[in-house]
This record gives sequence, structure tokens and C-alpha cells, in this order.
Amino acid sequence: METYSLLREIADSWMLLALFIFFVGMAIWVFRPGSTKIYNDPANIPFRHEDKPASEDADSAKEA
Amino acid sequence: MINYFKLIALGLITLFALIAANYARDVAYMVNALTIAAVAVFMFVWVLRQTDEPVVHVDRSGEYMDDVIRAGVIATSIWGVVGFLAGTFIAFQLAFPALNFEWSQGIGNFGRLRPLHTSAVIFAFGGNALIATSFYVVQRTCAARLWGGNTAWFVFWGYQLFIVLAATGYLLGATQSKEYAEPEWYVDWWLTVVWLAYLAVFLGTIIKRKEPHIYVANWFYLAFIITVAMLHVVNNMSIPVSIFGSKSVQVFSGVQDAMVQWWYGHNAVGFFLTAGFLGMMYYFIPKQAERPVFSYKLSIIHFWALIFLYIWAGPHHLHYTALPDWASTLGMVFSIILWMPSWGGMINGLMTLSGAWDKLRTDPIIRMMVISLGFYGMSTFEGPMMSIRAVNSLSHYTDWTIGHVHSGALGWNGMITFGALYFLVPKLWNRERLYSLSLVSWHFWLATIGIILYAASMWVTGIMEGLMWREVDANGYLVNAFVDSVAAKFPMNVVRALGGVMFVAGAVIMCYNLYMTVRRSPAVAATNSAVPAE
Repeated sequence: METYSLLREIADSWMLLALFIFFVGMAIWVFRPGSTKIYNDPANIPFRHEDKPASEDADSAKEA
Repeated sequence: MINYFKLIALGLITLFALIAANYARDVAYMVNALTIAAVAVFMFVWVLRQTDEPVVHVDRSGEYMDDVIRAGVIATSIWGVVGFLAGTFIAFQLAFPALNFEWSQGIGNFGRLRPLHTSAVIFAFGGNALIATSFYVVQRTCAARLWGGNTAWFVFWGYQLFIVLAATGYLLGATQSKEYAEPEWYVDWWLTVVWLAYLAVFLGTIIKRKEPHIYVANWFYLAFIITVAMLHVVNNMSIPVSIFGSKSVQVFSGVQDAMVQWWYGHNAVGFFLTAGFLGMMYYFIPKQAERPVFSYKLSIIHFWALIFLYIWAGPHHLHYTALPDWASTLGMVFSIILWMPSWGGMINGLMTLSGAWDKLRTDPIIRMMVISLGFYGMSTFEGPMMSIRAVNSLSHYTDWTIGHVHSGALGWNGMITFGALYFLVPKLWNRERLYSLSLVSWHFWLATIGIILYAASMWVTGIMEGLMWREVDANGYLVNAFVDSVAAKFPMNVVRALGGVMFVAGAVIMCYNLYMTVRRSPAVAATNSAVPAE
């Protein structure tokens, strides 16, 4: 099979399916139970460490 | 010791650039080679002066690398004014062709200045804004200093060199005639080097981050950097005719070349002018509104939807061409679906202000950011509509397209950048506040009214052109000659140029305000502490 036909076949079958599943899976994953609480923390990242980097040995768990 | 190798390298670059200038087959190539030689000589002297001097090591790991961002802010402001001025001038050239002066033919006429305008605004103004803000945002949201030390400076100066080479090349006639990708082969190669260094700095900072989570703004910035690298390399695959000349020949030809070009062109809009600037939005709007983004879940869906859909929308630039119908239908369908993530993102940004709408009255910077989202929503509604084949048959090749581009570029990209600059300057120069908020209001209204004049006149003239070009009489003959539609456009061309004048005036006011902020505004204690954090 020539390269074009091969790539074309992969693209509009398995690759399409894989990307579609990834996308739908992502959308469902975002709304998993408890996610609202989990995403509270990253949403507030811009309000931390405005002045200087976190120090080398700081326990990032405390900051997070 | 390393300085000796640097000196040897710079000396060799100077030598080869001068040899290239000597053998140059065209003026643009010669001027670019001389520019490179001049830069290399300057750097040679600069490195030489530091060689064998005692080196003082200062530990700066306890503070953010902000000097390169300050330089980026200055470059953004200056290139912005240059780009807007060029645009206003060529708008007047369209209204009054006598402005294509006889003495400047071949350099200062519309055809040479037009790519200078588009590249100055998109790549010089927008690109510098993206590089500067991405360096600012990635450090703050990763709680880490920029990776790679002076590589960030290489990215900044390398990018300025790219702009200068491209701009002088355009004026002297070096172009590969690809929209938004006009620079010739050696300038493309240089940009590739600079861009990979940019990717390394950005990614390196993310990898050494102290925050466990990668904030969503960085996702958008990273998608922008990676995708632009890919688009740039594929669209600029060309073979130079001679290594001593600027002319090159594209590897693709015919409809494949057209499709690659608009795959690039539309994703330059989608990833350079949208994803990158959305990164700005997701940081600066929450910061200025002092509240986290409306929905972090929505921002994740927004990101993936935008990434998955934008890359397919390019074929809508090639309706009714040699491109197969299925491909242009695919582009059209994806463009329409794209409306959803675009508006999802806009709603996410606007709703961040919920509970703080009163800030609109008191804070002109927030007002600027909100109107940028308004224009984003408007142009991402207009775009999908124009991609529908039937609408496109009316709008394509008319000024409607130009109006659409400008409501997006001036309204969305321009306004969010202005908002970010007003936010950044007091922070970066340790000032208590901006010099004058009323000047920000002046800028806001001048820019807004300018864009409205521009967009409205281009709608009128675009639809008029579309209707005039397709008008046939009872015998099926075209009623209007092309020149009739050109003559009918005169009043709208004047209005659009006046809109441009207002937009430039606003940008000049901004530069004055930012300059006075640095000079006059009361200082505060440095927030970027040199003392290592405990």
C-alpha cells in the first residue's frame, strides 16, 4: 500500500477513534466526583509566589 | 576560557556574513548579511570587553528573572506603535494612492509596506508580548526562576534580530509570498533556532516547577510554542536557489502548497493569536480581578477542545478553489464547531468577574480586558459564520475579511496585551501604581472607537464589494468593473484610516503613561526579593 493510503486509513479509523475517546474521556474525567474541590487549589496558583520562587527545600505539599 | 571560543565563533560569523554580502545576488540578501555582520561585530567587542575580567557570581536563584521581561515590555510597546503606524499609513495609501510616492517606489509602496505592517503587529508586537508575558507567567505559576540562565536573553535578542531581518527583507523585496510567513529561507532557519531555545526555556522552567500542578495558562502557552514550531517548519520547507541569494523555491507546489499555507495561516491565528493570548487571559484577568478563574474545569475542556479543533479549520480559506470539496467542507464544519470552545473560553473569562462587576466602573484596566473578551467573542462568532461556503462566496477577497482580522487582532490581541502591559509595568519596575488612570481611560476609548470605526467601515465596504462583484444584468454580463468597486470604497477607506489614527493615538498615550509610570510614580519596596526565601 502506498504511504498516503496507509496513513489515510489509519487517520480515519483508529486514530480518529483514539482521539475521540481521549477527548470524551477528558470531558468526563474533569467532572469526576470531588473534582470541584481538587481544582480549587490549582485555580489559586496565580495568587501564590508572586514575589519570589519557592525555596529549594520548601515542602511543596504545604504550598499546594 | 569559554569567551575565547565565543570570540572565535563571532569572528567567523562576521567573516562569513561579509563574504555572503560580497557575493550577494540581491540587495535584500546583502543588507541582511551586513546586518548579521554588524551584530556579530558588536557582540565580538562586547564579549571581548568582558574577557579576562574578574567574574562576580551573584546567586539569583532566590528571585525571578525579570530583566528580560522588562526588555520584552519595552519592545512590545515600541513595536506596537511602529506596526500600528505602518498600518495607518498603508490605510491612507489605499484611500489616497498618491501616497505611494514616486521617489519611494520599490520600497515604500503598499505592496512592500503591507507585509511589514502585518508582521510588525503580529510577530513583533504580538510575539514580544507573548514571549514577555509567558516568561512572567511561567515563573509565577511554577514558583521557579526561568530555566537556562541567559538563554532567555538569547531568545529575546534573537527574536528582535529575526524581526529586523524580516522587516528589511520585505522592504527590499525578499518574500516567499506566503501570508504571515513571508520571510525567506535563512530568516526562517534563524527563527527555528530561536524558537527551539524559547521552547527549551519555557519547558525547562515547567520541569523544575515547585507547584505540583501546571497552571492552565502554561498549557496554552506551551501549546502555542510547540504548534508554532511545527507549523513554521512545515510551511517553510523550501530550497534556496543559491546560498548567496534570498530567493527560494517551495517544496510543495500547487494545491498542496496552498493547503499547507492555510493550514499554517489559520493555525497562526489559532495558536499564535488565540492559544498564546488565552494564556495571558487565564493569568492576567484573574490577577487584575483578584479572584480565581470562574471554572477551572471549563478551562481544561476549553484547552483540549481548542487544541483538537483549531488544527482542522484551515481549508475554509480555500473555498471554491482547486482544493477538493470534502476538504473545504471539513474545514468549514470544524470552524463552526470551533465556535463552542471559543465562546466557552470567553464566558470563562467574563464570569471570572462575577461578583466583581463593580470593578468595571473603577478599573479601566479590567475594562480593557473585558472589552478584549468582547471582541474575542465577536470575532470568533464572525469567523465561523464567514467560513460557511455560502457566506464565504460573498465575503471572500473583500474587505470584510480584513475587518474580521482587525476586530480580532486590534480588539482581542491588542486590548488584552494593553491590559497586561498596564498590569506588568508597575510590578516590574516596583511602582506603587500607574502614572495616570485617566490616560488609561483615554487609551481605552480611543482604541475602542477606532476599532469600531475600522470594523464597521470594513463590513459596509466588504458586503458592498461582494454584491458589486457578483451583480449581473439580464443578459448575464457583469454589471461592475473591478475599478468601480474600488472607486465606491473611497469613503469607507477614509473612515478605516481615521479609525487607525485613533488606535495609534491610544497606543502613543499608553507608551507615555508607561514611561511616566517608570519615571514618576512613587516607588515601593522591591517585591522581587533578592533574599532567598526561607
